[in-house]
Amino acid sequence: MKLDTSGLESTAPLFGSLSSGIHDEISAAPSFALPNTINFDGFQKEAIQMVKPAKGTTTLAFIFKEGVMVAADSRASMGGYISSQSVKKIIEINPYMLGTMAGGAADCQFWHRNLGIKCRLHELANKRRISVTGASKLLANILYSYRGMGLSVGTMIAGWDETGPGLYYVDSEGGRLKGTRFSVGSGSPYAYGVLDNGYRYDMSIEEAAELARRSIYHATFRDGASGGVASVYYVGPDGWKKLSGDDVGELHYHYYPVMPSTVEQEMVEVTGA
Amino acid sequence: MECVFGLVGNGFAIVVADSSAVHSILVHKSNEDKIMVLDSHKLIAASGEAGDRVQFTEYIQKNVALYQFRNGIPLTTAAAANFTRGELATALRKNPYSVNILLAGYDKETGPSLYYIDYIATLHKLDKGAFGYGSYFSLSMMDRHYHSGMSVEEAIDLVDKCILEIRSRLVVAPPNFVIKIVDKDGAREYAWRESVKDGAVSTA
Repeated sequence: MKLDTSGLESTAPLFGSLSSGIHDEISAAPSFALPNTINFDGFQKEAIQMVKPAKGTTTLAFIFKEGVMVAADSRASMGGYISSQSVKKIIEINPYMLGTMAGGAADCQFWHRNLGIKCRLHELANKRRISVTGASKLLANILYSYRGMGLSVGTMIAGWDETGPGLYYVDSEGGRLKGTRFSVGSGSPYAYGVLDNGYRYDMSIEEAAELARRSIYHATFRDGASGGVASVYYVGPDGWKKLSGDDVGELHYHYYPVMPSTVEQEMVEVTGA
Repeated sequence: MECVFGLVGNGFAIVVADSSAVHSILVHKSNEDKIMVLDSHKLIAASGEAGDRVQFTEYIQKNVALYQFRNGIPLTTAAAANFTRGELATALRKNPYSVNILLAGYDKETGPSLYYIDYIATLHKLDKGAFGYGSYFSLSMMDRHYHSGMSVEEAIDLVDKCILEIRSRLVVAPPNFVIKIVDKDGAREYAWRESVKDGAVSTA
């Protein structure tokens, strides 16, 4: 059965005229089409249902020669029940910054959207894009102010700014770490195993994308709470780009094709019975 | 697990901290610098909850800078230590910070000094002090080998002895340590003791 991955597609351009390139320091005003439906409330309810809690997760991101590679699975589980196989765990904050989602889906989505607003306001007020350092600190300070009040967020902020590629780990305990290689979620130890082993700073984009995809695949293989689709994003000097989204079930047969096994003993008809 | 320790020598003070950022069984980072240069002649090494540690030390750093801007003279190490203790103590019955602090500094009048401030706002002036699981090893090691008026070489030798003991006897020993020093020439990084390398980008 093919997975319905339509939920993982990138949304309408975050800012109006994306075709003109994001090189203009100030992008055009954002606009989006309203859903073509008679029952708007019902549509909203359905849409919300699609992105409920994502507890078990595997997300990773790393900096390499060409920029930042970000990858995640797409499974949402509620206890033992898989509630969705098509959750968008890589959140597009703006055309040059991504956030990853681990922990409470609502908390992550809400605060990333909130961060997107703050980043846009910074851009309009200062006539220049916010740095990844600044953006991650905005988020970390908000989360720190709510610490101990039940928020559950484990996120990585990855992007490209005036200083080049940037990567920060931010969580709801108030922690904020700068680094080159992070993985977050229940599947992260498995992902680290593959990632640490295959990581080199001078990888090509193709090599890095494959390493990210493979790390997610191996994490979904061992971690029951991770699965669905392995999405891979790349952030370079010209903003982010989605490179791939592969059903990990299909990836499994891609990496480990079924070999026809040799038959050791043939069953034979019992004679003279 | 966390190891922070320090000592006072002849004309200088040294503080050492591990550089691991740990979440349950995962090491997220092994080159996290936990010793902040508070001002030109002060070092603040902190251990405790990740969020609290960064927020509190940055808060202290900014307030010490503010004092200097307003009054044109820096706080003495003793004053900075008492201020830090005071802030911890007022927060203690509201929303406590879980941070333990070693504050080292050098003043023209008093020379080098080391202050021990724990998360329940205890303040002690010490010649040698330690926090965390590493303290069980480094405290006895420093009790045995410390003497007043140590030279930098002797002190670094002792620090390396402590790190070696921690690495060989502590189950959850951190791989990397940062050593910082403060003397009449100011506060600065002295060396790293690394047994595993992290990524290419240096620390924040």
